[in-house]
Amino acid sequence: MTTTQGQRVISRDTTPEELNSDYKWGFTIDIEEEAFPKGLSEDVVRLISAKKHEPEWMLDWRLRAFRFWTRQNYSEPTWANIEHPPIDFQDIHYYAAPKSAGDGPQSIDDVDPEVLEAFSKLGIPLEEQARLAGVAVDAVLDSVSVATTYQEQLEKAGVIFCSMSDAVQNHPELVQKYLGSVVPYADNFYATLNSAVFSDGSFAYIPPGVRCPIELMTYFRINQADSGQFERTLIVADEGSYVSYLEGCTAPMRKTNQLHAAVVELVAMEGAEIKYSTLQNWYPGDKNGEGGVYNFVTKRGKCAGADSKISWTQVETGSAITWKYPSVILQGDNSVGEFYSVALVNNWQQADTGTKMIHMGKNTRSTIVAKGISAGQGQQTYRGLVKINPTANGAKNFTQCDSLLVGDKCGAHTVPYIEVKNPTAQLEHEATTSKVSDDQLFYLQQRGIGVEDAHFMIINGFCRGIFQELPFEFAMEASQLLKVSLEGTVG
Amino acid sequence: MTTATTADAYPHYAAAFQAQSPAAPPPLRALRDRGWDAFARLGLPTARRGNEPWKYTNVAPIARAAFAHPEPLPVDESAATLAHVQANAPWHSDWRNLVFVDGVFAPALSAEIAPGDSPHSLIVAPISATLRAGHDDSLDLLGELAAPDDDGFVALNTAFLQEGVNIAVPADVDAGVANLVYLSTGRAQPRATYPRIIISAQRNARLRVIETYAGPDDTRYFTNAVTEIHVHDGAAVEHYRLLLDGRDAYHVGTSRVIQHRDSTFSSVAIARGAALGRNDFGVVLAGAGAHCTLNGLYLTTGQQHIDNYINIDHPEPHGTSRLFYKGILDGQSRAVFGGNVTVREGAQKTDAQQTDKNLLLSEQAEVDSKPSLLIYADDVKCGHGATAGHIDLDTVFYMRSRGLDLPTVSRILIHAFASEIIDTVALAPLRDYLHDQFRNAIPDADISLPIGGR
Repeated sequence: MTTTQGQRVISRDTTPEELNSDYKWGFTIDIEEEAFPKGLSEDVVRLISAKKHEPEWMLDWRLRAFRFWTRQNYSEPTWANIEHPPIDFQDIHYYAAPKSAGDGPQSIDDVDPEVLEAFSKLGIPLEEQARLAGVAVDAVLDSVSVATTYQEQLEKAGVIFCSMSDAVQNHPELVQKYLGSVVPYADNFYATLNSAVFSDGSFAYIPPGVRCPIELMTYFRINQADSGQFERTLIVADEGSYVSYLEGCTAPMRKTNQLHAAVVELVAMEGAEIKYSTLQNWYPGDKNGEGGVYNFVTKRGKCAGADSKISWTQVETGSAITWKYPSVILQGDNSVGEFYSVALVNNWQQADTGTKMIHMGKNTRSTIVAKGISAGQGQQTYRGLVKINPTANGAKNFTQCDSLLVGDKCGAHTVPYIEVKNPTAQLEHEATTSKVSDDQLFYLQQRGIGVEDAHFMIINGFCRGIFQELPFEFAMEASQLLKVSLEGTVG
Repeated sequence: MTTATTADAYPHYAAAFQAQSPAAPPPLRALRDRGWDAFARLGLPTARRGNEPWKYTNVAPIARAAFAHPEPLPVDESAATLAHVQANAPWHSDWRNLVFVDGVFAPALSAEIAPGDSPHSLIVAPISATLRAGHDDSLDLLGELAAPDDDGFVALNTAFLQEGVNIAVPADVDAGVANLVYLSTGRAQPRATYPRIIISAQRNARLRVIETYAGPDDTRYFTNAVTEIHVHDGAAVEHYRLLLDGRDAYHVGTSRVIQHRDSTFSSVAIARGAALGRNDFGVVLAGAGAHCTLNGLYLTTGQQHIDNYINIDHPEPHGTSRLFYKGILDGQSRAVFGGNVTVREGAQKTDAQQTDKNLLLSEQAEVDSKPSLLIYADDVKCGHGATAGHIDLDTVFYMRSRGLDLPTVSRILIHAFASEIIDTVALAPLRDYLHDQFRNAIPDADISLPIGGR
């Protein structure tokens, strides 16, 4: 057991000079944390499971995943257009949780005030704010869910929204049925690792015909040094239901890299719709590319029933490295998959991100709009797959990937994979890459707008179509995030 | 550096390499050894995870087959008649025709220009003739662009290099049209042949060159061709590559082009034949202001598998490139398009466009398209587009309402789709030849496929 030592606490009001960085969420909180020793072994997997008083089927599943992972000889995928030193998977804490009496908080009053302070610094509306903002929040600090708000109203609607640990205890039949049904434990290197060691995450179940009365939200934060965060999210929207789900993430500034390998699974039954929005703002590392989060995430949704819809919207400004492909399996006839993304890389950030649209049902439709912005020495790749299976008569896909380059040291890459096995499918893919238009800059400057503001206006306009897909508060935050992330790139 | 394992995996290649005539001139022998060492290290490519260039193409049928590597037979007179060649490949009496039968030069059908006394004379001749004339230095270019270490097939071609074509165009010379015909007869045993073409167009030179690979439908032979083209400052090369091999043949072609300052290179690659065909085309625009146009058309039917793997590399500023490939797929065939445009750091003002359009005519056909852009410079204009789909039924309806029957409508529309590429062939006789060829090859597709799942 180790306890984090308090480091320099940086608040949201800290000036950039003090920070010497533009990452305003880089504070650490001095709370007592309970962490396992570094390293991964079968014992650690058993310990995590025991810690959470999990039933045997859950432990079996974890062990199957762990054994599969070890059989892969620790060979991580190398096909992505990213570079990083090899990750020592034995040099990571696989479990870190705020130390609290008993088995975790029973209500919001039991939560360590330091934790609440941390989340209020992040501007997360826990407590009363949550009620006012009308957002149900499940906050995950390091690996453990610390608070879930707004339970009452959700319960009235029959919506289950709780931490994954609670779901394993209280709704085992649902977890057993759907966990791994979209991302099986053998899916890929990081998903397998996650399946073995995931510590918590969010679970949501929307019963048939229910329109979730409020937006659900999870806030993730890595606090403990050298810890990996492996959360697992599972959302099941039963027939004819609707849910909008928001996800936000931050991490403290650290010199070392932190690993974040999450798995998100979405299941949409007949006529159901899931709207999943992400604002990813993990610590991106400093100006010299030191530190930052490695964000290796598997996100996948399955439109299991006819007429269902899954929509991914993501704004990615953080992480030293992002490796993430939110996907949709369009199994039900007439189902719809959407992917809207803004990815920004600055300084030495790298992002290899995109989506997969697997068309199986008849008349399935998918739309992909990806906007990439590269600045500094940032490198980013759009990598997407559109696959039309022989059964997907009348499938349609439209893909548009645009990249904007700010500065001559960055890179923007587009690698689409298009696999068509049905002649009645219609696919269109287009992509452009260019720099910020000199004409537009000139026009704005001539109207008295400073060069930095002009750049921001143009870039904001470039991303506007995506921001419009986000819930209102999120859209405002995304725009601000973009501005902060772009500071210092012009001039 | 020969590793026992890879050589053991391909015993017939190892035996054939040992049995190769040691009488070859020393520079050629050294090159072959380099090729074999590389092949022993690399082996044939596999589609294992992470091997992006071969992601969608499995070369196991080639690896399994034990093709014969006999000593070159004398040219089969029955196959090498002018009529036979004309029936299988484009031909024009004004062109400088060079014919190879089963990899062996057929002088009776050819009109080569052997190397003269001057080191700067025009050469359009077999490599053997160049060697006989003592021009060893022209072989220095061999392997410079297509290095054996790049790929197992290039290594194999280098290891079995026996004959090829050497075209050297001196500065400010228009060399006209060189028509290179590689005919396979499939007689005796199914053979592997390794054509090699080396072209260099000096400053402001001009050359038009046609490469045709053709053979009969009913034998399983293997053509592993490598072409290296140097386009020097201000030179212009038009290149046409016709893959018309037989329906059971295997064909792997690797073309490597380097362009220098203000040069122009244009290419049209037609792929119609072969059970398993691959066109690996790489162009480096190594001089500022170079321009390249790569067009292609692939028509696949039956069980065919055609893979176009195109790389355009912009390391220098002010380059422009246009990549435009179209595919028509019928039967249970499969086509792969892998396009990569790389704009390196400092290659400002690059203008690159990449397009791949596919017409699927059958429910069992499959196309895998991967048009990618890798961009490391900011002041560039780059774009790509890809489409796949069936014939527009509104168009079909319009034409039928004008009194055309369905088969006619189908032929007109498919031919129109292909014409967009064929019409870019600047060489009129070749363009006419391709239109004729295409008209005969249009599949009788059922274009009334149901759209949607109703």
